[in-house]
Amino acid sequence: MQNKSCDVVIVGAGPAGSIAARDIAKAGFDVLVVERKQEIGPPKRCAEGINVRGLLNVGVKPDPRWAAKGIYGAVIYFPNGKSLKIDQRKVPDDVMDAIYSGEKKPALEPATGYVLERKIFEKHLAADAIRAGARYMVKTCALDVIKDGGKIAGITAEQMGEKFEIRSKIVVAADGVDSRIAKSAGINTTNKLSDYHSGFQYEMAGLNIDPDVLHIFFGNSLAPKGYVWIFPKGQDVANVGIGILGSMSEDGKRAKDYLDKFIESRPEVFKNASAIEMNAGGVPVSSSIETFVADNFMIIGDAAQLVNPIHGGGIAIAMNSGALCAKAAVEALKENDTSREKLYAYEKKWRETDGVKMKKLLKLRAFLEKLTDEDMNKAADIVSGEDITKLTDGNYRFLFKTLLTKAPSLLSLAKKFLS
Amino acid sequence: MVKIPKINKDRCCYCGGCVGVCPQNAMDLRETEIRISENCTRCGVCVKFCPAGALEKDAK
Ligand SMILES: Cc1cc2nc3c(=O)[nH]c(=O)nc-3n(C[C@H](O)[C@H](O)[C@H](O)COP(=O)(O)OP(=O)(O)OC[C@H]3O[C@@H](n4cnc5c(N)ncnc54)[C@H](O)[C@@H]3O)c2cc1C
Repeated sequence: MQNKSCDVVIVGAGPAGSIAARDIAKAGFDVLVVERKQEIGPPKRCAEGINVRGLLNVGVKPDPRWAAKGIYGAVIYFPNGKSLKIDQRKVPDDVMDAIYSGEKKPALEPATGYVLERKIFEKHLAADAIRAGARYMVKTCALDVIKDGGKIAGITAEQMGEKFEIRSKIVVAADGVDSRIAKSAGINTTNKLSDYHSGFQYEMAGLNIDPDVLHIFFGNSLAPKGYVWIFPKGQDVANVGIGILGSMSEDGKRAKDYLDKFIESRPEVFKNASAIEMNAGGVPVSSSIETFVADNFMIIGDAAQLVNPIHGGGIAIAMNSGALCAKAAVEALKENDTSREKLYAYEKKWRETDGVKMKKLLKLRAFLEKLTDEDMNKAADIVSGEDITKLTDGNYRFLFKTLLTKAPSLLSLAKKFLS
Repeated sequence: MVKIPKINKDRCCYCGGCVGVCPQNAMDLRETEIRISENCTRCGVCVKFCPAGALEKDAK
């Protein structure tokens, strides 16, 4: 394999890497993406749920080839069996306009959210980036960063046993939770057990569920410091999964153990169902690593732990971080200055936007982790579906008033973690 | 030779979750294979974390 050179080398062809590649290539710069796997996409480490705005925000229109199922809300199930419905049937006008601009007949049912077919989605994003001018290499693993006089100047990589160098002005780490390339650059991206969910999932067919909403189950005996989800991908097909806090995981009490128990205990849903796929994965819930840029180096998506700490959703945040990274990288390349100061424009923008919400959600996570099952049951009586939507947006000022009048016993806990 | 966690290949779902939690950066995922380098200190964090129970602390 010959050594290569380019303006930007991106490690990892997940949603973060491919959006960054698309936007940097669009600006006319030379981008090379290396992906360790022989096929972009599988095995998925994801429940595939995304809000429609998360797609539109980075200029990706939902497409029936990979948007498996429209979603119109969610049902939250509390430990005592009570449930709360979040109704999102009304698709806002601006979303309708963005999806169907220029099309007479929508190819896809409009919805506020979708459950994706990620193995197709990720290839679609890569194809888009390639059309914009990016180059890709699969079955190609990034090994280490190359340093010239102490400064990052590219990576070493390996394809099918052959090692080679890729020289570049900027290296982008988009390598997901593994994040080995950032570590080789000397940035600590290791997840802590107390800030990292252990996830397990079956994609199943033959389920008896309402296929139009996401189903979310809470309870400390069900999923300690996490939750169980059923995300429909079709009439009777869904991702059925669980995330528990890593520090709660141990022999006999692993994510898989809890999930198997959940499935066994609900014959009304699972009696005729079988798995058609098995997945696992780690979900960073720290809200972000300390800093994600260095001289000639940027970290995006899961590698920088940019995931919603409450629900573990990371696709939209990863793609947005890819877009912000591209913007800063393009500016830096135009000015021929790829120093940390220059590239910091990306991190600054992120901290002023997504970062603000994520900080709040991290506090909310700490609060929720303290709740007993009884507390959760109480919550079911005093909050509404809209309240829950507000909470997951990091909007919890109203909570103090609600607790003061309806559940004063929880007020001091809320004050401790949310003030 | 350092003793390293034993990988039960039949249980592993090759998600790489263990790679992300290794404090020594001693693990690597390649397709369906987890590789462990000699930097491993047998701290057991990966063993505790694994969603599928595919790692055992003591190589037998
Ligand atoms: C069980 C589970 C359920 C989830 N459910 C949801 C959900 O419903 N909705 C949601 O929004 N998010 C969900 N997430 C989170 C979401 O999957 C991630 O946030 C998202 O995939 C992050 O995208 P990324 O591009 O940063 O990383 P990834 O998608 O992980 O992509 C990283 C890529 O880099 C490649 N790579 C790694 N190392 C190297 C290397 N050395 N050289 C070359 N390539 C390399 C990998 O093979 C991979 O293709 C879930 C996660 C898990 C584990």
